[in-house]
Amino acid sequence: MLFIAEKLGSLTLSLLREMGRMVNFLFYALFLIVRSPGKPVHILKQIRFIGAKSFFVIFLTASFTGMVLGLQGYYTLAKFGSEGLLGSVVALSLIRELGPVLSALMVTGRAGSAISAEIGIMRITEQIDALETMALEPYKYLVSPKVLAAIISLPLLCSIFDVVGIYGGYLVGVKLLGVNPGAYFHEMEKSVEWKDVYSGIVKSVSFGIIIAWVCCYKGYFAGHGAEGVSRATTAAVVMTSVMVLIWDYFLTSVLL
Amino acid sequence: MIKLVNVEKSFNGQVVLNRLNLDVPHGKITAVIGPSGEGKSVLLKHMIGLLTPDRGEVIVDGENIAGMGRDRLNRVREKFGMLFQNAALFDSMTVFENVAFPLEEKTRFSAAEIADRVHEALEHVGLTGVDNKYPDELSGGMKKRVGLARALLLGPKIILFDEPTTGLDPIICRATHQLIKDTHVRFGFTSVVVSHEIPEIFDVSDQVAMLYRGEIIEVGSPEEIQRSNHPVVRQFITGSLEGPILPIRLV
Repeated sequence: MLFIAEKLGSLTLSLLREMGRMVNFLFYALFLIVRSPGKPVHILKQIRFIGAKSFFVIFLTASFTGMVLGLQGYYTLAKFGSEGLLGSVVALSLIRELGPVLSALMVTGRAGSAISAEIGIMRITEQIDALETMALEPYKYLVSPKVLAAIISLPLLCSIFDVVGIYGGYLVGVKLLGVNPGAYFHEMEKSVEWKDVYSGIVKSVSFGIIIAWVCCYKGYFAGHGAEGVSRATTAAVVMTSVMVLIWDYFLTSVLL
Repeated sequence: MIKLVNVEKSFNGQVVLNRLNLDVPHGKITAVIGPSGEGKSVLLKHMIGLLTPDRGEVIVDGENIAGMGRDRLNRVREKFGMLFQNAALFDSMTVFENVAFPLEEKTRFSAAEIADRVHEALEHVGLTGVDNKYPDELSGGMKKRVGLARALLLGPKIILFDEPTTGLDPIICRATHQLIKDTHVRFGFTSVVVSHEIPEIFDVSDQVAMLYRGEIIEVGSPEEIQRSNHPVVRQFITGSLEGPILPIRLV
């Protein structure tokens, strides 16, 4: 009995230590963004990597998500004779939920895993130690530019996701299933409010922070060797995805 | 210059440094020798604050860096250059970018001035025409030379060499030792070289310290160490299988 209590206690303590270390990591990275954000070229390079290079996967995911929404939405609404509301259903689903969440999950898979692996390899090959020995702050080069780039890129990618998804829904709903194009956009315009757009942007900014934070952290404290990096990368992707979904629920309950 | 006082360090309950004491004199080359896995690199990392001792003091130019804050520690680190065991070059940068990096980040030199200094440093370590190569296109010896050029560029007062010749053939190994010696004569820095290249290291160093089971068991001039009667030192420098160092530890 004592053994179980001891184990539980030590597990709780190590969990709290890890959480504290993660929070410190984030705050120090954010502090550096404010104090010395670094050279614009480093930030632009990261925006290109996290944002621009994710465009294709976002475009593809958004198209098919919008098309599925168009298809499912049409047959559901048709049961109540409300096919005209398809534009609202597609747009609200995308802008409020699917756009921010799916774009975040896609960026996690594409860029987050790469960020974690890159920093992890730098850790095990002593490149991070080399930065420290040059009296340079590794967070300034490896973490802060990525956090800032994710904060800028995610809302943009989410907006692209929303627009492409809406046209995916249009393609299926209007062009294939015959919904009136005027009704599709008119109902959308009537139902989508600024609050919906705003909540989508707030969500994607916070998801951007979560992605860069968790993936950089896991890579920065990767274990030894190739196995350590591989474990860090897997943990980064899983943890980021779970945190995005949990945080989405909390934000939705606050912003709704 | 650097003084370690009663330094203790453990990893997961395993003692690596055990009340270790060492004085690194100003302007001299101090070699730290000892069997593999005895904590020589750990010792080096304490000197530059990459690792913090569990107990004890690491004094650099009169300041105890153990537990020092980030900003103050960075100011102390500006006195250092370090050549890592595997050179630790930034693998996404070319040779030129690697060597230029500290200058770009820490000085206000123009691009032309940086290029001149980088080429001068590369020439000094005997490398020309490799500016646009990436680290994975270089041999082990070339990587270490690039690492040395990068470490020298900001004119450090202290340079730490972590096994600078491991994995190199005997000729390149000797050339690297010569390069360390020449560079030391030219720039006059204090340096610490971790090595198990016996007997070559005796030609390079002014002082030799033997690390064994977390302690410095003997310090002296290369001649004194070579004449030592300490059974561990004797066995290590002769490479004998008979003696207090168990072969399994060596493996």
